[in-house]
Amino acid sequence: MYVAVKGGEAAIDNAHRLLADRRRGDRSVPTLGLDQIAEQFALSVDRVMSEGSLYDRRLAALAIKQARGDLIEAIFLVRAYRTTLPRFGHSEPVDTGAMQVERRISACFKDLPGGQLLGPTFDYTHRLLDDELDGDPAVEPGALRDGAAEPATQIADILGGEGLIEEDPLAPGEPGDINQTPMEFPLSRAMRLQSLSRGDEGFLLALGYSTQRGYARSHPFVGEIRIGEVEVEVFVPELGFAVPVGRVQLTECQMVNQFKGSAKTPPQFTRGYGLVFGQSERKAMAMSLCDRALRAEELGEDIVAPPQDQEFVISHCDNVQATGFVEHLKLPHYVDFQAELGLVRTMRAEYEATRNEDVEIREAAE
Amino acid sequence: MTSETHTEARRRRMSVLARCNSNRLHELWDKLRLEPAHKTLRGPESGLIMLRGRIGGTGEPFNIGEATVTRASVKLEDGTVGHAIALGRDGAKARISALIDALCQTMEAAVLIDAELIAPISQELDCDDEKRRQQTAATRVDFFTMVRGED
Repeated sequence: MYVAVKGGEAAIDNAHRLLADRRRGDRSVPTLGLDQIAEQFALSVDRVMSEGSLYDRRLAALAIKQARGDLIEAIFLVRAYRTTLPRFGHSEPVDTGAMQVERRISACFKDLPGGQLLGPTFDYTHRLLDDELDGDPAVEPGALRDGAAEPATQIADILGGEGLIEEDPLAPGEPGDINQTPMEFPLSRAMRLQSLSRGDEGFLLALGYSTQRGYARSHPFVGEIRIGEVEVEVFVPELGFAVPVGRVQLTECQMVNQFKGSAKTPPQFTRGYGLVFGQSERKAMAMSLCDRALRAEELGEDIVAPPQDQEFVISHCDNVQATGFVEHLKLPHYVDFQAELGLVRTMRAEYEATRNEDVEIREAAE
Repeated sequence: MTSETHTEARRRRMSVLARCNSNRLHELWDKLRLEPAHKTLRGPESGLIMLRGRIGGTGEPFNIGEATVTRASVKLEDGTVGHAIALGRDGAKARISALIDALCQTMEAAVLIDAELIAPISQELDCDDEKRRQQTAATRVDFFTMVRGED
């Protein structure tokens, strides 16, 4: 039952005013500029773009500032903003093979064409806090290395010749959109990928981790991770051709998994796929583990663990939905609670009454 | 100019304009002092496009997430129409880009704009790309094998 209750306007106004005050913090400390956030908290910005499902660095930076650095709150702000803009259409599918690669590694092949390019990675750092960053030390620009550009071959092209790895042949198709159609299970792989790509990094990481620990074992190898910018093109009907509209940075993960084959398919490697906005290989890797686990039914595997259950994974991976439902518990439930309180009182009275009866019967029997 | 190469030239210009820095575009555009009389047909207006990828990188399309874009269409006095669309929310950049698209449909203006505006910006963008490529190349692992034991 819902009953309108009035009051609290002044308290709410003052709470928001206090929030603005605390957000600004000590006035003797300079305020953060959006450029500073976009440049120096770039990976937070990437996470907000990815899970906010909106590629716009400046908006993500603004959301992070407004949310006092609470990334899920920032993601919520971005999602809300999205709904205020009209949808002009969709891009042509981006070609990650033509990516301007900033990092590209493979754990399967040491000497793959294009090489192992480490890029700006935290890997191999010692994870020791650096006191110097407490100040503003001069930083050298990245080192340069001459030489002709060498295209970075995609993993499937290396093993594809032998037919030992599952291929994804170029296919047309109009993918479903989880923003525009109500979710009905089972979902197509295309719609699952859309949902995973904006899913909560922590949730997907934990599920991916569980597949490695034995829940839905899938023997994964990192076939390839690549990070870099891809060209985006949009077909403009007035012009009659696809127009390049700029570039976006993406992280792609091709997870390669052992597969013993089925009645229809010979033994081969299958693949899990991850593709997310910005630089976020943890998320792309977790996504590809979850994508592979969710293909259990398609590949004729037994569904024995949560990561293989699409209703479980997809319904719970969205942190805006999750935070909405969990946090709504703090909103006034006075009437619901009064009703439950009445119910518990009645049940308690009945319980006491039966117990007294039992005691009387026992006493009488003795 | 055949229609094919005309389209290619238009696409190439649009690609450069979409990626260029707003301040740099204003600077070079102002220098040209073209600012032709025109009517605005549409925008500049901001909205969303759904970005698509392919399953496994090469397969069936799927939706990754949305991006902000801004578009504008203008009509010059002689009736030539120009369009622009680029990622982001920069209305002024979209308007100038649409004007450039319209002007460049005349050979004479196209030669001027290509030389004075598109070429320098394109060169700067290529330069940035090349620098990034070389920085990435410097992080390439050169494996070497240690020979152990005696044969």
